[in-house]
Amino acid sequence: MTGHRLFWPAVVLIALLLANLAFTPDFFAIRVRDGHLYGSLIDILHFGSPLILVALGMTLVIATGGIDLSVGSTVAIAAALACLHISESDDPGSLGTVLTAVAIALGVALLLGAANGVLVARIGVQPIIATLILMVAGRGVAQLITDGQIITVTSEPFKLIGGGYWLTVPFSILLAAAVVLLASMLTRRTALGLLLESVGGNPVASRLVGIRAAGLIGLVYVVSALCAALAGLMISSNVSAADGNNAGLWIELDAILAVVVGGTSLNGGRFSLGGTVLGALVIQTLSTTVYTIGIPPETTLVFKAVVVITVCLVQSPVFRAKAARRRSGARHGNRPVASKKLEVGA
Amino acid sequence: MSTDTFLSGLTRRGRGQIPMLVTSVLLVVMFAAGSVSYDGFLSGQVLLNLLIDNAFLLVVAVGMTFVILTGGIDLSVGAMVALSTMISAWLVQLHGWPPLLVIPLVLAIGTGAGLAMGWVIHTFEIQPFIVTLAGMFLARGLCYTISIDSISITDPTYTSMAQTRIPLGELFISPSVLIAVLAVVVAFVALHYTRFGRNVYALGGSEQSSVLMGLPVARTKIGVYGVSGFCSALGGVLMTFYMLSGYGLHAVGLELDAIAAVVIGGTLLTGGSGYLLGTVLGVLVLGLIQTVISFQGTLSSWWTRIVIGALLFVFILLQRLLTSRRRS
Repeated sequence: MTGHRLFWPAVVLIALLLANLAFTPDFFAIRVRDGHLYGSLIDILHFGSPLILVALGMTLVIATGGIDLSVGSTVAIAAALACLHISESDDPGSLGTVLTAVAIALGVALLLGAANGVLVARIGVQPIIATLILMVAGRGVAQLITDGQIITVTSEPFKLIGGGYWLTVPFSILLAAAVVLLASMLTRRTALGLLLESVGGNPVASRLVGIRAAGLIGLVYVVSALCAALAGLMISSNVSAADGNNAGLWIELDAILAVVVGGTSLNGGRFSLGGTVLGALVIQTLSTTVYTIGIPPETTLVFKAVVVITVCLVQSPVFRAKAARRRSGARHGNRPVASKKLEVGA
Repeated sequence: MSTDTFLSGLTRRGRGQIPMLVTSVLLVVMFAAGSVSYDGFLSGQVLLNLLIDNAFLLVVAVGMTFVILTGGIDLSVGAMVALSTMISAWLVQLHGWPPLLVIPLVLAIGTGAGLAMGWVIHTFEIQPFIVTLAGMFLARGLCYTISIDSISITDPTYTSMAQTRIPLGELFISPSVLIAVLAVVVAFVALHYTRFGRNVYALGGSEQSSVLMGLPVARTKIGVYGVSGFCSALGGVLMTFYMLSGYGLHAVGLELDAIAAVVIGGTLLTGGSGYLLGTVLGVLVLGLIQTVISFQGTLSSWWTRIVIGALLFVFILLQRLLTSRRRS
């Protein structure tokens, strides 16, 4: 039971939720008001949806041994483009306008992701640096699109994406769930997931056995950018505005954190979409908890730092080996550990 | 040594300096273009203002150069700068501690934090990226636990450091520039003329070879993060002189500027190759972009980020071109 890879993330999530019960007795209550679902748990899912999407894309990138720092900027660019199109159109409330806006945002994200993919897969730049370029420049581009202003929009169909309800459930939850379902079907019901893990485990060997490593690596950056764009649409739709400076700020770090908490190793070669969803929910719950307890929200960062370090230490084979040796009481002095070759199930 | 190997050695050496050469040319071209386009651009004071306004970035980028030369990365520097300004302002302004006690304390905290991160990176073999990311979260979070608002500093030592002008003929510089230049000189000597410096290059070239050669890998690896921590704390001190305040939102994104300066200065991100003076040129390029944009007046500040991104792109491509040719 404890050996299951989703065990620890689930335990952390449940512990966090239970801890909330001590401060808010009706934390688990879910009510229906005006045909809409309300409650703290719904809120966590609702506000956590963009993070789940971004973290989902990030998981696939990390599975190939890469990292995508540009997702925050992509969130901002997608939000800015969509809101700009809607605010400049003659009929902001029409479905056609909103669909065009969504198409523009996703289309541009596709290009941005492809650019990242080409840099990493074809030109061979380290992923952290390749995506750093877009991370730095992207926020400037987003502010250029919005002209440094916050663009506000009033559009009923657009509001639905991140702030609306469908079948009594917040639409963003359904959207995120659909994407998660689609991604897990594609990666676990087909060979795609296996191929990604193979590329992450050893790109050269994968290429030698005939896997198109470059194409797959390019693909994950495109998927990551699309997920980020969708998250950007959700975030801007929820507040009916696009802020080039603050939309998606630091979401790349939260996404990486979610992936790591979910048990996916940053070294690549294996991944768990279920773990990532749990990880994203843990982080959203952590933020919500901090808000409800009344700690200044900015100090959430301290908790996140502690979580990152703890999770990384627990994942580190060297740390495990040292802890195990101490527990067994056997002292071997300073015998070196060939830790990098140790395979420890995450 | 035969002439043949000597020549190939020479070109290899020359190739390593190409990015730095490109950066120097870029700097001259940008300055020339600015002088032609704008009145009052062509003056020594504009150049010196580059140093005055970017003294803290210069110091931080110097520390970052050490880390990147070993093949690592330090994402915590911006947050460490902010934390240093925050601790300084908090102790000096709200608790009345003397600045002469606070400044060494802040430097010690920065160095200690850097060493701790280096220790975790080395001992537990966790990627530098994720450890320094946690360090960044922690430092920014600690800023806000001290205070969510900005604390302004009115202490006479700090205000005099901010306002003193050291005359240089008809021109002037600030004391911060002197400190930054001193830091560059010390780092230059340490990197290019000491055993520690050679170990840094060796470690960046190949960690495995360094281990086999019996170099003190642990000490060097932990040491560079200590250097980076010290430099970001010193950068924070210089920033308090510049801003006269402590604030948790100071230096947001500074880590990226520092990395950009190092890359534009021609240091390879994979480690093992680069020059400290290249980083100085990189900082000057970033500062000059800002100056040009402020002289232009009609361009908004976000163009700075776009131009920096574009420059990063060009220089990384250049690096790839040079390294792939070297390998083949």
